[in-house]
Amino acid sequence: MQWTDVCSVSDLQENSGVCALVNGLQVAIFYLPADEHGVYAIGNYDPIGKANVLSRGIIGDIKGHKVVASPLYKQHFDLQTGTCLEDEWVTVPVYACQIEGGRVQVDTRLIAPLRQLIETSTNAQQEGVSA
Amino acid sequence: MSNKQTLVVIGNGMVGQHFLASLVASPVKDQYHIVTFCEEPRPAYDRVHLSSFFTGTSAKELSLVEDGFFEQHDITLHLGDKAATIDRTAKTVTSSKGICIAYDKLVLATGSYPFVPPVAGHDRAQCLVYRTIEDLEAMAAAAKTGKVGTVVGGGLLGLEAAKALKDLGLETHIVEFAPRLMAVQLDEAGGAMLRRKIEQLGVIVHTGKNTSLITDGEQCVNKMCFADGEELETDIVLFSAGIRPRDELARACGLEVGQRGGIVIDNDCKTSDADIYAIGECALWNGMIYGLVAPGYAMARTVVANLEGNFYSSFRGADMSTKLKLMGVDVASIGDAHARSQGALVYSYQNDANEVYKRLVVSEDKKYLLGAVLVGEASGYSTLLQYCLNGIELPENPEALILPHRSDESVGLGPDALPASAIICSCYNVSKGKLCTAIEAGCTTVDALKTSTQAATGCGGCSALLKSVLNSELAKQGVEVNTDLCEHFAYTRQELHALVRVEQIKSFSDLLAKHGKGLGCEICKPTVGSILASQWNEHILEKDHLGLQDTNDNFLANMQKDGTYSVVPRITGGEISPDMLIALGQVGKKYKLYTKITGGQRVDLFGATLEQLPLIWQELIAAGFESGHAYGKSLRTVKSCVGSSWCRYGVDDSVSLAIELENRYKGLRSPHKIKMAVSGCTRECAEAQGKDVGIIATENGWNLYVCGNGGMKPRHADLFATALDKETLIKTIDRFLSFYVRTADRLQRTSVWMENMEGGLDYLKSVIIDDKLGLAEQLEQQMQTVIDTYQCEWKTTIEDESKLKRFHHFINSDATDDNVVFVEERGQIRPARDDERKHFNLVEVA
Repeated sequence: MQWTDVCSVSDLQENSGVCALVNGLQVAIFYLPADEHGVYAIGNYDPIGKANVLSRGIIGDIKGHKVVASPLYKQHFDLQTGTCLEDEWVTVPVYACQIEGGRVQVDTRLIAPLRQLIETSTNAQQEGVSA
Repeated sequence: MSNKQTLVVIGNGMVGQHFLASLVASPVKDQYHIVTFCEEPRPAYDRVHLSSFFTGTSAKELSLVEDGFFEQHDITLHLGDKAATIDRTAKTVTSSKGICIAYDKLVLATGSYPFVPPVAGHDRAQCLVYRTIEDLEAMAAAAKTGKVGTVVGGGLLGLEAAKALKDLGLETHIVEFAPRLMAVQLDEAGGAMLRRKIEQLGVIVHTGKNTSLITDGEQCVNKMCFADGEELETDIVLFSAGIRPRDELARACGLEVGQRGGIVIDNDCKTSDADIYAIGECALWNGMIYGLVAPGYAMARTVVANLEGNFYSSFRGADMSTKLKLMGVDVASIGDAHARSQGALVYSYQNDANEVYKRLVVSEDKKYLLGAVLVGEASGYSTLLQYCLNGIELPENPEALILPHRSDESVGLGPDALPASAIICSCYNVSKGKLCTAIEAGCTTVDALKTSTQAATGCGGCSALLKSVLNSELAKQGVEVNTDLCEHFAYTRQELHALVRVEQIKSFSDLLAKHGKGLGCEICKPTVGSILASQWNEHILEKDHLGLQDTNDNFLANMQKDGTYSVVPRITGGEISPDMLIALGQVGKKYKLYTKITGGQRVDLFGATLEQLPLIWQELIAAGFESGHAYGKSLRTVKSCVGSSWCRYGVDDSVSLAIELENRYKGLRSPHKIKMAVSGCTRECAEAQGKDVGIIATENGWNLYVCGNGGMKPRHADLFATALDKETLIKTIDRFLSFYVRTADRLQRTSVWMENMEGGLDYLKSVIIDDKLGLAEQLEQQMQTVIDTYQCEWKTTIEDESKLKRFHHFINSDATDDNVVFVEERGQIRPARDDERKHFNLVEVA
């Protein structure tokens, strides 16, 4: 992991989001104190509303997926996969994020949807081969 | 040309048009070329609602013919051309313009003309009749110079005509030969109650008067002299003393007509010539002329069925029951209102204090309803009509049907009690069975059902019954409407509100732990946030509430499409001093904001970034402004006209009241936004009747209107209470708003809330005004709590460092959002469009 120090835990808002500038990227960081992971990080840019606002959305869960609802048009983005629940072809970047010694850290190398993309393309290739 | 036959329809009135509409909906239409003659200069229009012409309804709105109807169905229309002769041997119709059409089938729908009694002077100037739009135009012209108008005839149509005179601003009289009003439909006591109510509206009623002469008046154009020696000065004399069938064409070509007029028809609506039908008010069936539209429609459908070869569908007479609102007075008459049937028993209920009269006529064995009269309150009409028409056995104590009931017990006839053959809509002859078939076929909303069956699209009197049939059928089909707020709470908003109130729950996490599951979502969080705010009124950006707030509440400003915000300071009642206006302008200028005037008499400042919001508000608060709550589902503005302090017409001080109300209710969080307005006189410049709460000044006090709105589906507000003093007015609004906050669904405006309420406006009045639920004190207290705990949310925010921390685009940098790009237009900023953002690149997968 290549962690970048972002801010103190006390800078976060409980059960809400903030936006951080990390390695030139706008990252939305959500803080759920009662959750096993505690923090989630995705891109701040809403690809449907086309504005940097996702950190200002309401967080919750829809059918078991932890999500943020875009404050513009209310589409849900999965905090763990970056997928838009209303349109699976729309995704936002997902970043690794953790709390270490009272500090919030982000690794801006994508963990999703890149991994998903690789997985799907690998599967497709394998299917192609077997056919 | 094909081997099509020619069908000619003479007359394009309501019944003629209904015939055409029924015909083109039938496959038999393909067998005919259809030609119709219309003597009037415009095709069919709604004569039943003619008096609404004077209250702003245009001739076009009264029209019953959809644009392009004749062209679309290939019907030849001869407008403004009267059929002059019928040659039955040659089978031709010749018009007054000389057009001659050979017919195979002929339908006479020539209607009727107003009967003018042969009184000497009946043809003097400004002696008019009331049937066509041209008649109305003549009335309007005469009303310009006249002051007094008199209707001759106190029947149904006469009362309608009196309303028209009243709407024209004339001193209005009704002169009736019979000893009471609506003598055909009402018994003596019913007629007396109607008279009392009509007279209260300022119409002067003279009964038992026989007009013997109309001559020159002294103060007015005309003077009416009565057989008893009395006289009445009037400018306009409006004859509405009944109708006579237009049978002259039929007479001239030798068709059989009745002794007192009317073209004789059989059960198939055929005249004495098998190729000629007659329908509507010109037709005489079984010795009767029907002067109502529904029997005419039934005749029209009979003819279509006959042309289709369906000889079993014949006309067998029609029910003459009527329900109408005459000058705001509910009047209904069903069946044998006069108890003329053998052995009939009568129950009656008279309440002079509330001006209600009801009468039931039942069979000797008390099992069946034969007739009824309702004056002053006619909500039981549909139920009683169904009892009467379908021969449904009455309950043990029939009087319960007309006695006022105090508790919530319903004596209404449930839709399940009706047989499938029960006619729900008599205008379009739609039975309960037909409705059920449509519901099974997928019409699961009132609108869909109306479109599919036409039910409730005529007079609309059956719409409540239609809705209850729909609900009952849906329930039977097991279509259960899930009223859960969302997957996290199996409760409605109203139930959640009660839980919060009763269990004194003060945070979302408590409520979720006790009554919900999961984490919550963007539906339940703001809903609960709003409930908590309206109940406990803590600052919405407190730690416990912060994550609940919807987009705009979250930063106390309105998010725009590019993620920037707009700012709307409160300008109570729309009143602002030049200094405050300058201060506002200086802030706008300093932060280079786009500035626009809102519909609620305020100023909206656009283009503020997150970090600018506290700076802007610091300056606005220093200048004396406070939060306008434009971001909240809460009270927005109380719009006002300038009122009696300046306006030449102002009756009361609308601005002072608007300011007082806005200061009273500002900050109140509610299921949806609330808008109010106060007008200083009935000219209504503040458009109060388009608001959730609207107030209009009158000479007698304030009139209160509720449940109006603009927007996607505009709705006029309903008059809720009249002639209130300020104290009572405020008390009523307190209760109304508290009750709305408690019981409405999420994002439900007051209009929909009230319409969905069982019992609608009347129920709402009983709760708010009569305190039927005993809630009034609680509701007032609740409002007082909200008022006492008001704070300017922005003032509290800028004074609290911890709250301000969030107002930066980045938590770890002072940089700004480089995606926010403005361009200039008309000297102000606006967000750049995609094609204008040349330098901006999306974050891409590397």
